[in-house]
Amino acid sequence: MGKVMLEVKDLKTKYITRFKEDVYAVDGVSLTIEEGKSLGIAGESGCGKSTLALSLMGYYFAPLHYMSGDIIIDGRNISSLDPDDIRKNVLGKEIAYIPQAAMNALNPTRRIIRFIEDVMKVHKPEMTRPEVYEMARKRFEILGLPEKVLNQFAVELSGGMKQRTVIAISTILSPKVLIADEPSSALDVTSQKMVIKMLRDLMEKGYIKSMIFITHELPLLYNVTDDIMVMYAGQIVERGASKEMVFDPIHPYSKGLMGSIIVPETGTREHELIAIPGTPPNLKKPPAGCRFAARCKFATPECRVYSMEMHEFGEGRSHRCRFSVEHLREVYANG
Amino acid sequence: MAKELCLSGKNVTKIFGFGDKKTIAVNHVDFNFHVGEFVSIVGESGSGKTTLAKMLLGLIHESEGEISFLGKPRDIKGRKQKREYWKDIQAIFQDPFSSYNVFHKIDAVLLDCIKMRGGKNLPHDKKVEMMTEACSFVNLKFEELTNKYPFELSGGQMQRLMIARIFLLKPKILLADEPTSMIDACSRATILDMLQNLRNEIGMTIIFITHDIGLAYYISDTVYIMEKGNIVEYGPAEQVILHPSADYTKRLINDVPKIHEEWDLSTV
Repeated sequence: MGKVMLEVKDLKTKYITRFKEDVYAVDGVSLTIEEGKSLGIAGESGCGKSTLALSLMGYYFAPLHYMSGDIIIDGRNISSLDPDDIRKNVLGKEIAYIPQAAMNALNPTRRIIRFIEDVMKVHKPEMTRPEVYEMARKRFEILGLPEKVLNQFAVELSGGMKQRTVIAISTILSPKVLIADEPSSALDVTSQKMVIKMLRDLMEKGYIKSMIFITHELPLLYNVTDDIMVMYAGQIVERGASKEMVFDPIHPYSKGLMGSIIVPETGTREHELIAIPGTPPNLKKPPAGCRFAARCKFATPECRVYSMEMHEFGEGRSHRCRFSVEHLREVYANG
Repeated sequence: MAKELCLSGKNVTKIFGFGDKKTIAVNHVDFNFHVGEFVSIVGESGSGKTTLAKMLLGLIHESEGEISFLGKPRDIKGRKQKREYWKDIQAIFQDPFSSYNVFHKIDAVLLDCIKMRGGKNLPHDKKVEMMTEACSFVNLKFEELTNKYPFELSGGQMQRLMIARIFLLKPKILLADEPTSMIDACSRATILDMLQNLRNEIGMTIIFITHDIGLAYYISDTVYIMEKGNIVEYGPAEQVILHPSADYTKRLINDVPKIHEEWDLSTV
């Protein structure tokens, strides 16, 4: 077992709306990532994937508020640090984040090299401008980006190039954990592939030690990450190795998600798409009992009353359903 | 499947700009869409899919070539003819959030459709019945929607409401321009199901524009592949996707992550 890079224990965060209502967007998430491993987070829109990503950075701004739990990066607990300390010593160095709208993250009036100089001004003030340029040039070369990008403006770059530039800038300090929040959702397949290849290169060459990859495209997760975690209504419902999760999902919600995979391969047209009926619960008043019970085909009245904690069943796999693995497998086999 | 021609084009071209800045967005393409066919147009960003769609809808004029509708050259020069044409062709766009007028309630959206079908003077009960039927077709409850504004719905619900509109209007052709790219994978299955129901129940021709080749394979009868304004390959979905002949199609399929085959990252 490798060294644990990121450990999260029972993290709870909430949004406070204008009307002073609480929305429990991340409700008791625990996870661990080892060095050199990547973790994918899947789930439908509004299940708390992006909020989890923001919460993991430990940098909270209204309307997002921290409630309880620990975030430990490489042995250091960052959940109790003050925001200024986090901004100077944690973001970028320990944990980096690629936002969902990375395409629009670059100020169009500045050259790309200026963003890198800004980062260095805070973290390594002793470096001169030529030194920064030299360092950036080397890093860009290794990642397969042309040097001329450094002197260009964001508007001169294509969508895929912008995305790769943002990734290169956010990982310039070689963070221990990289959080990529839907980095390729807005791109077409060819640019998507280039972005994925770049993230893989970063991992292989050791510039980032571990990665969290958030998306709702399951075939992509299957190809990119070692483990997959499925999230529903602010909680983790199942975790396991990618291959096992895609071909042998246990929790009824994961089963539904995997049923929505469409790939251009023989047999896709024959298998029926499974749509999960209904909508996710309102997180202002999370339901008692299992949160998925209202949409679950196999739910019994008890499901709506008793809630379950994650429990392990086999190597590295755990789920949150009341029923035993054998029972669920049998139910799926019988349709 | 009936082999009657529904919409066809010959040498359809669209050129933007002139001189040095001339861009040929759609370059002399020919196509034949039949009645009741599920057609997909697949291509990367910038391949001219949406420009072609806009020409089919009559929102922009073609620079060259001719589009025929139901066997006759289409006449949409005047405002009146255009309105008539739009009774037969309707569209669902990519972004459900910007497809609605924010000041109109959902009732108004659906009532407009009934009006367009000539049901303006129907009694109120009958209208409500029609709206309820349309909503239940897309698994929405009209009682829950009435008196709400579109922005109170989720993206998936909005897109479904769009389909409810189409159900009321019953056009001959539905043009769906990336209707599932802004919603997540699980709501996607629902939308696709509904599109197929529309085709099966009303016999509509559906033109589905997407960059997701897996989706096109799953849902369509015929696939057209576009590259830089040209149609490089077309034919039955099985044949085009499983046995592609054009290099571009091969590359496109190779670039999609799959689950039963290794995804080759070295060929970028």
